[in-house]
Amino acid sequence: MSKAINSIYNIRFLEELSGKETSIHRLHPLVKLLTTVAYLIGVVSFGRYEISSLLPFVFYPVLIFSLAELPVGKVLKRVLLVSPFIVGIGILNPLFEQNTIILGGIVISRGWITFLSIIIKCGLTVTASILLIATTGMDRLGAALRMLKVPKVFVLQLLLTYRYISVLIEEVSRMQRAYSLRAPGEKGIRLSVWGSFAGQLILRTFDRAQRVYQSMSLRGFTGEYNTGDIAKVRFKDFAYLAAWSLFFIIMRRYNIPMLIGSLFTGGIK
Amino acid sequence: MSHHKLEVKSLHFSYPDGHEAVKNISFIIHHGESVGIIGANGAGKSTLLMLIMGILFPDGGEVMVGDVHVTKKTLPMIRQRLGMVFQDPDDQLFMTTVYDDVAFGPRNYKIDEKEVESLVTKALELVGISHLKDRAPFKLSGGEKRSAAIASVLSMQPDVLIMDEPTAALDPKSRRRVISLLRSFEHTKIITSHDLDMVLETCKRIIVIKDGRIAADGGAEEILCNAELLDSCGLEVPLSFQNCPICGASKV
Amino acid sequence: MHMADALISPLVGVTMMAATASVAAYSIKKIQNEMDEKKIPLMGVMGAFVFAAQMINFSIPGTGSSGHIGGGILLAILLGPYAGFLTMSSILLIQALFFGDGGLLAYGCNVFNLGFFTCFIAYPLIYKWVTRKGVTAKRIFGASMFSAIIGLQMGAFSVVLETLFSGKTELPFGTFVLLMQPIHLGIGVVEGFVTATVVTFVWRARPEIIEKTAMGEALGNISMRKVLTSIIIAVIVVGGALSSFASANPDGLEWAMEKTAGTSELKASDGIHKTLSKIQNKVAFLPDYSFKTKVGKNKEEPTVQAEDSWPPINAGTSVSGIVGGTLTLLLAAFTGIIISVMKKKKRKEKSTLKEFSAR
Repeated sequence: MSKAINSIYNIRFLEELSGKETSIHRLHPLVKLLTTVAYLIGVVSFGRYEISSLLPFVFYPVLIFSLAELPVGKVLKRVLLVSPFIVGIGILNPLFEQNTIILGGIVISRGWITFLSIIIKCGLTVTASILLIATTGMDRLGAALRMLKVPKVFVLQLLLTYRYISVLIEEVSRMQRAYSLRAPGEKGIRLSVWGSFAGQLILRTFDRAQRVYQSMSLRGFTGEYNTGDIAKVRFKDFAYLAAWSLFFIIMRRYNIPMLIGSLFTGGIK
Repeated sequence: MSHHKLEVKSLHFSYPDGHEAVKNISFIIHHGESVGIIGANGAGKSTLLMLIMGILFPDGGEVMVGDVHVTKKTLPMIRQRLGMVFQDPDDQLFMTTVYDDVAFGPRNYKIDEKEVESLVTKALELVGISHLKDRAPFKLSGGEKRSAAIASVLSMQPDVLIMDEPTAALDPKSRRRVISLLRSFEHTKIITSHDLDMVLETCKRIIVIKDGRIAADGGAEEILCNAELLDSCGLEVPLSFQNCPICGASKV
Repeated sequence: MHMADALISPLVGVTMMAATASVAAYSIKKIQNEMDEKKIPLMGVMGAFVFAAQMINFSIPGTGSSGHIGGGILLAILLGPYAGFLTMSSILLIQALFFGDGGLLAYGCNVFNLGFFTCFIAYPLIYKWVTRKGVTAKRIFGASMFSAIIGLQMGAFSVVLETLFSGKTELPFGTFVLLMQPIHLGIGVVEGFVTATVVTFVWRARPEIIEKTAMGEALGNISMRKVLTSIIIAVIVVGGALSSFASANPDGLEWAMEKTAGTSELKASDGIHKTLSKIQNKVAFLPDYSFKTKVGKNKEEPTVQAEDSWPPINAGTSVSGIVGGTLTLLLAAFTGIIISVMKKKKRKEKSTLKEFSAR
């Protein structure tokens, strides 16, 4: 149950960050969305065995962190939370990969290379997603989606879901508190009570939905979602997208770290 | 529409499960009046409000706003004239910032964004929360949420303000703020509440509902002093009247 | 079972995104026709409910791992398949954006895995069929159980297929399947229970909700066919277009290989592999991608691999790689620190200026 409460804090934390006033935050949301997608495609398109060529992609999150003045530690902590599943799948690679390579005199399974590659990709992609929301916020992202012609119904429903998550989780914790005060010594909620617990919650949910709908229609809502005006894309925004895209393409095409490294070690021989 | 009056004629309504919530209620509320609707729990107050707003439609009788009957067709127009503030502000505030919630109403009526901005600013100023406009609703205190909910209705510039339990669960200072706010409004006001002291301060006229019918309809002071009447309707005299040296009502 | 971006390839990601988008577009059209705007707040609040429900982990006996319910069946029963699908997509988007639980590129995959199979296959084919003669507590239980289990099995299998087609793990097909299916069987049972209990509760307290949703449906068979057709078309179009684009431009790794080994693909030497690769190339849908065939008995023989083969590497290149990589990381960190320091300085200057002028 605490996981649920933590999740609201997480959501609120990120939403707060999105309210900052930095050059990155002021960029047009659509541009930030597209850049993130380009980044993700870039990272994900690397082959299984690539590690050093992946590394320049670290520049993107680093620059965003510093320019947008986001707390690195706190955000990365959230990235780590998602890792266990990936680590679980990835750790099987060294076990299953039968081929080996010799690295500096030690024989290691190729699987470790793929594992490392996956870990890096995972870190980069998850960070990029979280950075997107931390610099844009749900509302502006919704507006960006609208600009991409995503239907109003979906965007409105998305925003409502987002809004009601915290309301609902508060109700859940209230119910849970009431339960635990009358069921001393029990850790979680008994399986037999689960059903009516969830059922009650759902009915309350329905009632609330009904009231929300009434308050919306009383203010003239007829199914259309209006965000109000969103600023136009400026040259600055476009330049941002173009610059990063170029960077991604170059870094994808050419293994720069390898080049730098070979300069240092005197040639690829 | 000329001088708006709200008229309710022989209203009758039963819920699907058979419960007769409103039985033959009639009254007229004139422009600028402030009316408090009081009654015990389950007397039919909320149902009455929903019938006025067109959320429910009566089995008998009708509701008229000015010269317009409240029907499905006239709802959009009616709802621009009547603004209702819910009991639970969380049901009313669902956008991510207060500004967007207050702008929700005007935007639905396809008002130009510049105009929306001035409406929102005015509404926020009226309730005194201009400094909260970019705040997320969940970060507001109870009193602030209540003010935001009121603002979200005011921005549509309704003629009639309908409020369901406006001071419920508010701390004394917030409650005082809401009371001063209500007293300063020039709109026609319809307020349901259990806070009889607040009703006394904000409303000149009282309608007492008992078992779906009107038990009394008259001036605030005479009704709220009438201990017998209130008692028979499941209510009490306002706390500020109890042990009153003037009319002699003693503590219940 | 949310898929992460790191485990999929762009091709799979975009293809599934197209599939999901077409189903979503279809769903939006359907709900606009038959439901009113009342649905939207209901979908929002139900979305919040399932989101919260997904936060609750339970351990699955016998496997040593834990899981959480998907909620797709519950959404389908209470909202109808179209609204249910859309609600699931918004839940997954919020999870992807705020928690990184499920990547943005993998979004299409996740919505499909958790939403399509439950709302458009398990719900109409199992749940509705079992309750076709009327709704009773027993029927609700059986229907929920079966739909949940089957829906989740299909979703889990889909995850396996998507991962395999992406070629990012070494996991052989068989092992992966043996891993995923039993776990999701356990989850399916629990989800079946939860769904059944909740639905029964709602049905007893407010039967009209269940009945109304059941009636608001189009003729099941026709809509299913339409949905499937649109998906297949979308997949073929997108997959075909992208794959031809992909094979035209050499992959970065292939480019590297050309430079070092003079070939862009390790030649398949075994007869079987030759035939297999021939068949593969014919099916232009996914050229260059293949299942990791365990047919190659010899470790030395290069099996027709997934999209990238191991480049001939020696100690020299790997050292350059490591050195270069480390330097890159250092440079990145350095840049970040410089920027932050400069920003802090600017802020300090600004605030002292303000203080000064305020006096």
